[in-house]
Amino acid sequence: MATIARPAVIAPVALTRPSAGLWSNAWYRLRRDKLTMTAFVILFILILASVTAPLLSQFVFQFRFEEQNLLGAYGKPTLDPLAYMLGSDELGRSQVVRLLYGGQVSLFVGFVGAFVNLTIGVVVGLTAGYLRGRVDDVITWFITTLNSIPLLFLLLIISAVFSPNALTLTLTIGLLFWTGISLYVRGQTFALREREFVVAARTIGATTGRIMFRHILPNVLPLIFVLAAIDVGGIILAESALSYLGLGITPPTPSWGNMLSNAASYFVRAWWLVVSPGAMIFLTVLSLYLIGDGLRDALDPHLKTH
Amino acid sequence: MRTYIIRRLLYAIPTLLGISVIVFAVTRLSPGDPIRLYTFGAQNLTAANIQALRDAYHLDDPLPLQYLHWLWSALHLDFGESILYHRSAATMIFERMPNTLQLAFTALFLQLLIGVPLGVIAALKRGTWTDWIIRVSSVAFHAIPPFWFGLVIIILFSVQLRALPSQGMLTVGKDQWDIVDRIRHMIMPAFVLALAGIANYSRILRTETLDVIQQDFIRTARAKGLRERTVTAVHALRNALIPVVTALGGILAGLVSGAVVVEQVFTWPGLGRFTFEAAVAKDYPVIMAGVMISSFLLVISYLIRDLVYALVDPRIKVS
Repeated sequence: MATIARPAVIAPVALTRPSAGLWSNAWYRLRRDKLTMTAFVILFILILASVTAPLLSQFVFQFRFEEQNLLGAYGKPTLDPLAYMLGSDELGRSQVVRLLYGGQVSLFVGFVGAFVNLTIGVVVGLTAGYLRGRVDDVITWFITTLNSIPLLFLLLIISAVFSPNALTLTLTIGLLFWTGISLYVRGQTFALREREFVVAARTIGATTGRIMFRHILPNVLPLIFVLAAIDVGGIILAESALSYLGLGITPPTPSWGNMLSNAASYFVRAWWLVVSPGAMIFLTVLSLYLIGDGLRDALDPHLKTH
Repeated sequence: MRTYIIRRLLYAIPTLLGISVIVFAVTRLSPGDPIRLYTFGAQNLTAANIQALRDAYHLDDPLPLQYLHWLWSALHLDFGESILYHRSAATMIFERMPNTLQLAFTALFLQLLIGVPLGVIAALKRGTWTDWIIRVSSVAFHAIPPFWFGLVIIILFSVQLRALPSQGMLTVGKDQWDIVDRIRHMIMPAFVLALAGIANYSRILRTETLDVIQQDFIRTARAKGLRERTVTAVHALRNALIPVVTALGGILAGLVSGAVVVEQVFTWPGLGRFTFEAAVAKDYPVIMAGVMISSFLLVISYLIRDLVYALVDPRIKVS
């Protein structure tokens, strides 16, 4: 009897290759999206320049941000000295150095505020979407209420009444602008809580908190990054509007908004001082929005409209 | 449909109550004594006078009771007297409301007029340069700080070219009914206010049109031999416009919020600017009246939006 020749068993390990996950797929798509990558680079440069503002002002521009030179007031942009490359303001302070410092404030408010928004929005949205019933009713009522007050109005009044500093202003913004995120998370949770993996988790006795944060949250998270990028942009716009109105970050601390407000009062004399802070805000917010858009396209494989 | 309307109307009540609690809390918990602000600069003020005022405004009552008193007067549109002007706060707000509405509706009109065609064109020319330019510029419109854009066009059109007025609603000394003058004053603020919304509409319409033109009834319309223009303008556009109604809510909120900034830049005598000035001066009755009334406007516009939506889209009529 001839023995039956068995085919050699190929080790399964040799066949498999780490499958492309959500993030590596997204990264693959993102890398080919030139517009989004440009936006990433611009944002990175802006953040880097703001963070290294003290070094840049000391070694490159050789001009401290509070340094005044009344003889050089309202200077046109010039390369001599380099610190006046974007002109000088009414006290002869260097516009470019103040822009860098202002960037620190604006970016801080934007990112920290968005982080607070995200935390509140995710927790509230998950809770409402998963628990449903009375809890959801109360939360939805509260969100509708908050959405019915023009939020910039409310922010304006809180700033006028309590005159907050940069940190408290950030926290106030963080406490006010989370409703969009939580509505999104709530909607997603509604859909996800009926899925098999959640039912399975419930069957084996996972606690509510565990189901919410370990099972549902990871499925909502990717698109939250999209919302976060757009949120940071929106907050930077809101903060600059507030500072422009004289209620946000108050001078002498420079922020893009209050520099604009300052420049607006003598724009007939030095219009170029109006241009640069606005351009900085525009560039930052534009990059963030483009990143949000690009991330959305990259993360959502079903999106046919692209 | 009737039950839907009634339910929707009832739903507005707890929302308005919630708003009133928030507004009341923010202003009442603030530091500073309202009576001292109200009587600032008054001579011959005795302790008894102050006490009489405190009693009149129920300031020594516990906060919940104060809130109820305030709510009761607010329901009668009595928000108290302005600390600065010593006139009824609600009256002063109502005087300025038409100006803001005029600005907001013009902006809304501009948004639809520009945003809708842009979105449809982008969808029909998907993947081309036209599409790309429209998409990127609508993101850009969103990212422009409105006050900055306002300043830049003032510098351009008022200071450099001297083509358009930069401030107010009317030229001082001109006839109040000079329509051309009014329109010239309106162009820049309305356009700045409209900018962010234009981007919203074009974005929504692009996605929706793309969705709609892939559906069967569009193919049927083409198969019937209708002209391409009829297919897009009648069959596709009508259906793509439905979500625009939903977007109206957020856009109206944006218009009311945005009006604060735009009115400030163009010194437009509206509700937003007035409330802002009251906030700076800590004129609490005016602040409360301004926020309550503008929130009330928003609640009403959300209401209208939901009702229109139910009318336009028969699928959600009974819920």
